[in-house]
Amino acid sequence: MKHFSFLKRKEPLNDTQLLMAITIGIFLIMYVSAIMLFGGGFNHAQQIFDMLNDNASLIIVSCGLTIVMIGGGIDISVGAVTSLTVMSCVLYLNRGGNIYVSILLALGIGLAFGLVQGFLISYLEIQPFIVTLAGMFFARGMTTILSVNPQKAAHKTFNALRAKKIEISWLGYKARNGNLVPARIELGVLVALVCVIFVFLMLRYIRMGRNTYAMGGNQQSALMLGINVKRTRFMTYVLSGLLSGIAGYVFMLHTGAGNATNAAGMEMNAIASSIIGGTLLTGGVGNVIGTFFGTLSLTTIKKIVVTSGLNDPWWQSITTGGMLCFFILLQSVVLGKRSKKKNT
Amino acid sequence: MKKTTKKFSFNGFGQLTIPLIAIALLVVFNLIRDPGFFSIGISHNSNGNAVLSGNLISIINGASELAILAMGMTLVTAACGGQDISVGAAAAIAGSVFVKVLKASSSISGVTVILAFLCACVVAMIFGSFNGTLVAVFRIQPMIATLILYTCGRSIAYWINGGATPTVTSSIVNAIGSFIPGIPVPTPVIIVVVMGILFWLLFHFTSLRLFTQSVGINGSAARLNGIDARFIKLLSFIILGVCVAVSGCIGVSRLGLINHETLLLDVEMDTILAVAIGGNNLGGGKFKLSGSVIGAYVIQMLTITLYAMKVSSTDVKAYKAIVIILLVVIGSPVIKEKFSRFLARLSDKRRKVSVKGAEE
Amino acid sequence: MQEEYLLTMRRIDKRFPGVLALNGVDFTLRDGEIHALMGENGAGKSTLIKVLTGVYQMDGGEIRLEGKPMVIHSPQDAQKKGISTVYQEITLCPNLTVAENIFIGRGKGVWVRQKSLEKRADEILSKLGIPARSTQLLGSCSLAVQQMVAIARAVDMNCKVLILDEPTSSLDDKEVNRLFDLMRDLKSRGVGIIFVTHFLDQVYAVSDRITVLRNGELVGEYLTEELPQIQLVSKMIGKELEELSSLSETEEKKTEEKEILYEAEGLSSTEALPFDFAIRRGEVNGFTGLLGSGRSESVRAIFGADKVTGGTVRINGKPVKISKPVDAMKHGIGYLAEDRKRDGIIAELSVRENIILALQVMNGMFKPISRSESEAFADEYIKVLNIKTASRETPVGSLSGGNQQKVILARWLLTHPDYLILDEPTRGIDVGTKLEIQKLVLKLAEEGVSVTFISSEVEEMLRTCSRLIVMRDRHVVGELTGQDLNQTQVMKTIAGGEA
Repeated sequence: MKHFSFLKRKEPLNDTQLLMAITIGIFLIMYVSAIMLFGGGFNHAQQIFDMLNDNASLIIVSCGLTIVMIGGGIDISVGAVTSLTVMSCVLYLNRGGNIYVSILLALGIGLAFGLVQGFLISYLEIQPFIVTLAGMFFARGMTTILSVNPQKAAHKTFNALRAKKIEISWLGYKARNGNLVPARIELGVLVALVCVIFVFLMLRYIRMGRNTYAMGGNQQSALMLGINVKRTRFMTYVLSGLLSGIAGYVFMLHTGAGNATNAAGMEMNAIASSIIGGTLLTGGVGNVIGTFFGTLSLTTIKKIVVTSGLNDPWWQSITTGGMLCFFILLQSVVLGKRSKKKNT
Repeated sequence: MKKTTKKFSFNGFGQLTIPLIAIALLVVFNLIRDPGFFSIGISHNSNGNAVLSGNLISIINGASELAILAMGMTLVTAACGGQDISVGAAAAIAGSVFVKVLKASSSISGVTVILAFLCACVVAMIFGSFNGTLVAVFRIQPMIATLILYTCGRSIAYWINGGATPTVTSSIVNAIGSFIPGIPVPTPVIIVVVMGILFWLLFHFTSLRLFTQSVGINGSAARLNGIDARFIKLLSFIILGVCVAVSGCIGVSRLGLINHETLLLDVEMDTILAVAIGGNNLGGGKFKLSGSVIGAYVIQMLTITLYAMKVSSTDVKAYKAIVIILLVVIGSPVIKEKFSRFLARLSDKRRKVSVKGAEE
Repeated sequence: MQEEYLLTMRRIDKRFPGVLALNGVDFTLRDGEIHALMGENGAGKSTLIKVLTGVYQMDGGEIRLEGKPMVIHSPQDAQKKGISTVYQEITLCPNLTVAENIFIGRGKGVWVRQKSLEKRADEILSKLGIPARSTQLLGSCSLAVQQMVAIARAVDMNCKVLILDEPTSSLDDKEVNRLFDLMRDLKSRGVGIIFVTHFLDQVYAVSDRITVLRNGELVGEYLTEELPQIQLVSKMIGKELEELSSLSETEEKKTEEKEILYEAEGLSSTEALPFDFAIRRGEVNGFTGLLGSGRSESVRAIFGADKVTGGTVRINGKPVKISKPVDAMKHGIGYLAEDRKRDGIIAELSVRENIILALQVMNGMFKPISRSESEAFADEYIKVLNIKTASRETPVGSLSGGNQQKVILARWLLTHPDYLILDEPTRGIDVGTKLEIQKLVLKLAEEGVSVTFISSEVEEMLRTCSRLIVMRDRHVVGELTGQDLNQTQVMKTIAGGEA
């Protein structure tokens, strides 16, 4: 288990690890108490897999956003880029496109947004919020220009790919009629896990990743230490854009259709995932594993709300907001206490 | 706390230059495209009132909520160096409260409308002070702090509405959203003017402007001069709360119903944009309310122009984005520096040429 | 044949708008030498360091490293050429490990080999005797260790010249000693160290040579053992000792025994140790001591600028509670802060707005000073204090330092304080303005305003104050009045009683 590795180390937890540990801890407590209180669906492995199936694209987008946020920036275009990717790819496939080209198209769209936004932010020094806001407007607008109506993917190879699921029988459960239903995992989840692992390794072992932490921790220092801050910042946005493109493809694999309202509000969910996972918007602190559990926590609380009989549609967001509030205050208090201790 | 001083401002050109140029360009563009674009006519609405109509009126009318929110947002931006992204959600809550109170009374009279508005105001101010407390006391960045309300605000509105989109049928409410009988100017425009006057009075009869700017520019110096920075920040959020309530109520009155999902959708982004286009530094400090208001009209004029060009309402965003990027690229400090260096080199060359000429 | 120097700086000039910050300054550094660079505020040491590290470009002069002339373009460039600086504020990343802070931004290639870097870092740390683990987060180390890590980074980059800019100001004695051991170790390896500090004891503990600057000019270069402490102080502050003793006794100031205005007992803040203090109506007194002696922290405690942690305060004999600046202002206290840029001016606001700020705060939010009134106030003070500004609506940030200071003075004078605290009001401003401010202080005292005056220039304080409280290492070490109020005595007390 990755998150227990810090127990073996002699070093005390750093901010990143502490916040991540809190997130994982609260997630586990939440999940275990959900099993004890509601039993039912929660003790099936499929429950977790469903959460992953539904949120694979959100996890990928959150990874990208975590990189940007660790570098001290913000990217609110991610949801819109995801949506644009879905729509473009579906339209392309429906015109009899090639499936491999559609993957390249998804990557290309994400990359293009990343490159342009990264350039404007790091080399022209325009506020990231404004640039990515414009990026969001542009991507959303382009999506509706492509098609206002929902488009269902009618591409044979693609639909075959979509239908592919990994089935694990020993993790399955007995349905009411006595048949064994194997646990099903979608391909998108694998992509998401690969993304998480890649970003995790990148932030930890690749020079650019370490430079991102340095830049987010103290930009002036990073500059003095000889880091190419502009290029590093540029790269964070490029990666975020690229991951949005990947997320778009995964989203399409999950829903199989393009819709102008796809991934609506995903940017804010991604920001929330990152924050709950212990990434600070001030930069320099955060970890993609935390973000992963942040997304799971967000989903779990929604499931719990539904299961506990609060069926009114508003309770999900209200509890999400409450949870966000709790984590933000917790971080503020925990880190505040820490810095006080350090000073005395 | 780390402070990245990346300034987004057009101060080098004079704060209002860029938004005014933007407006001028839009006007010229529209006049070339359609010379009659800005003609104002008098038409009769369904109630038989003589009212002003025309593109110009619909621009000014349509930007009302945005303009009011932009005023409040300017204050928050100036004091806190960050923006409130929950204004749309908070407006939905305020609108819901407004409708809820109206529905609770048996007959809707002027008094009940005022009462309902005051209730909406109080609720919006409470949510404003929630955001303000997170920012001022817990020192959380405004965007993160307001993300909470952004996430759950519209659901709270839905909850208040009891899972429906209740309608209000009342001539008074209708008058707020469109025209007061006998007055040809749309009521929302009048409300913007009233809000503008209220802000002017606020700045005239208190020293809020001075204190807010001091806190935003140099918090440490402001504190040593006895200014309570926390209070100023909190106050800016509460004032924004009032603006939110006003624009929420206008939005509800226009349609005669409260829809928690669509009321002032995405207005937070437009509002921040209006503040930025108005030449205000998003990092806080000096501010001009008039800039933000002009910014709001720029955005609306752009939208209406695009509509007039048969761009569908959903596609408008893409074109808007291009204009925004052009504006910020022109205003970017790097571009400005390159441009001024280019000018300097140009004049240098000219001088050299003239010197050479003189030598010969 | 001339002695071969590691670093030679010849006739360095550096001009800023309106000020000649460095005027033909020479500086030399030998291999394996710890060279202290001394001077009070505005002497030009930080400018000299910044020229050497490429932060500023010099306007004239020449820099040679190991005999070769060179131009330094940027701090990174300086590092590449072997000149590294460790600043007072740590310029490392606290959210990275010690090992990373030593190596980041230097290597090539895609991968970071954490394990091998950590091993190398541990070697360096143990070689230099730095008590830190390579895997430790830098932010979890003490400031001293953080500074040592910065030094380790410099050493590992093969620096020839190491500049330590006020490295000891936030360290305790034990940590200072550890740092000194490291410095001596580096010295034995042939590194030339430039040591900038304001702690005299430390200079004598570790340095070989001292260069003193004053007002942007070179006073001289001395062997540490040949320069007694008191002479060093006098060279830094201004007058030669002989000259001083030949001066006639300062004329006795009239000190009418008026009633006590402000009295503090055991006052302490998060930054200041407990101290007693009192001032009479119309009295001018001062806190003296070198930079970092606690003089500023003490007056900040009086004003409530830092969090007050203890003590009782009486104004006009009545006990009052001053816990934040606005309390002090309500009791008629004004405070001109030491750091004009950070704590004084609101740079983007106009001269007028800056002038009325404090009065406006005291009037409260709901009694705004009208435009015409504020214009009248601004015009009045621009005239009285002779503030040179294009107009009263000019942003104060675009004025020269002296005029900015006058604006802040005007701000406090406008509140008609009973008691005005001026912390380094004459720092970094031209001589003419300095004199104007001193005259103003005396005039205020005549009008019955009590003033506490702090200045790095003792002469200034002798001219204005009738009582001096001398501080050293954050403690009050003496109080001088009447006969004792002369430069020799002040310096003796500052330097620690020896003469």
